[in-house]
Amino acid sequence: MSNSNNIFTKFKNMPVDGIVKTVIVATALCFVCSMVVSFAAVNLKSIQEVNKAIDKQKNILQVAGVYHEGIDVNKTFSSFQPLVVDLNTGKFTDKFDPSIFDDKKASQDPLLSISLKDDPASIGRRTNYATIYLLKKDDGSLDKVILPIHGYGLWSTLYGFIALEDNLNDIFGLQFYQHAETPGLGAEVDNPKWKAQWKGKKLNNENGELMIQVAKTQKYKEHHIDALAGATLTSNGVDNLVKFWMGKDGFKKFLNNLKNGAA
Amino acid sequence: MSQTRKQLLVDPLVDNNPITLQVLGICSALAVTSSLNVAFVMSLAVIAVTGFSSLFISFLRNYIPNSIRIIVQMVIIASLVILVDQIIKAYAYEISKTLSVFVGLIITNCIVMGRAEAFAMKNTPFNSFVDGVGNGLGYSLLLMCVGVVRELFGSGTLFGITILDPVNNGGWYVPNGLLLLPPSAFFIIGFLIWGVRSWKKSQVEAREYKIQSLEVH
Repeated sequence: MSNSNNIFTKFKNMPVDGIVKTVIVATALCFVCSMVVSFAAVNLKSIQEVNKAIDKQKNILQVAGVYHEGIDVNKTFSSFQPLVVDLNTGKFTDKFDPSIFDDKKASQDPLLSISLKDDPASIGRRTNYATIYLLKKDDGSLDKVILPIHGYGLWSTLYGFIALEDNLNDIFGLQFYQHAETPGLGAEVDNPKWKAQWKGKKLNNENGELMIQVAKTQKYKEHHIDALAGATLTSNGVDNLVKFWMGKDGFKKFLNNLKNGAA
Repeated sequence: MSQTRKQLLVDPLVDNNPITLQVLGICSALAVTSSLNVAFVMSLAVIAVTGFSSLFISFLRNYIPNSIRIIVQMVIIASLVILVDQIIKAYAYEISKTLSVFVGLIITNCIVMGRAEAFAMKNTPFNSFVDGVGNGLGYSLLLMCVGVVRELFGSGTLFGITILDPVNNGGWYVPNGLLLLPPSAFFIIGFLIWGVRSWKKSQVEAREYKIQSLEVH
């Protein structure tokens, strides 16, 4: 007891600006602060993960047009059927449980992803397996397909969903649920008016060529989405990522299979 | 003690408001005031951080070596901000997405550093806490004033409840889109500073130069 008292008085009597006391104070403070911060981070993580998952489900509902304020997200989401697609064969796979399969993790895993040579969306590696969601009509026929997309904008990777109508060529909607683009400029990808443009646009022309385009000048009305003013690089990013994911390295094979009933 | 505790709490609201008098913390005031819900959560975050950072810094003030005092203050403030950020992410996820980086930027908010350096380093913990909360409240008061104007006239709502029925919902009010963009907060804060200084003449700063009276030679 007296020993610890001694140390404390010794510490107290040290000159405040002495090098020993400076180091002791700095170390102790850093230690205490890092304990507090990590304690908070670890303890709140599970709640934050749940929030993130609900937010993702909500975005899927929104992109499919079934979300409105105050609905039970979990319950409505149960009408969506999650499935894992093998992007290389373009067919459904039952290797993974779609309710827990994590696309983002898979794209980091060398066994589950490929390194892209032709990489317009600047994502580096592409997962071989992606979780998609099917929304069925009451009679069991296909209503909408929701596909995950992501790619690099100006500052950040944009993560989102694209919803396609049952003909698998008309876009129903597009929505990003995670990005860090400039507020007021690139972040206008969240603007409802801009998003509304996507509805009814066609991915491919009659010959099956991918024509969809985010650009300032309009070439083909039914394939054109007006780029965001003041956010050229974000718009280019969205253009690239939609083209990539709807193209041959993305979901094209799967969509063709699904259309022919061979998925 | 020249100031009573009540003064410590009330003075920063108008007489010594960190935004209108000291013109600090403008950046976040521009960014988070387009809707009141967001401004309210930001206000709570800032009050908590200014209050508790002043409290802890004041507790440690006799042990903080002068040579590293700014860094020590920053470490305490930053830890508190991360704590607040984590709590908001856990319990107000929607709002945390809108606040995004601005909660993190409380660390560099001049109000927090200013109170730590100017007050908490020289005063007792409880007084420092009251002073911190007072300044946080002063910041919040202005944030809410700006928020009311921006949300009411920018989107016709207050706290998300429709007050002026906007045209695109079939109402009569044409929302002023400019008010939803950050620059509008500059105008509103400018008008507020003008208003406060017309009311409290003592806040008007002395001229740095005097315009010569016209002389005809």
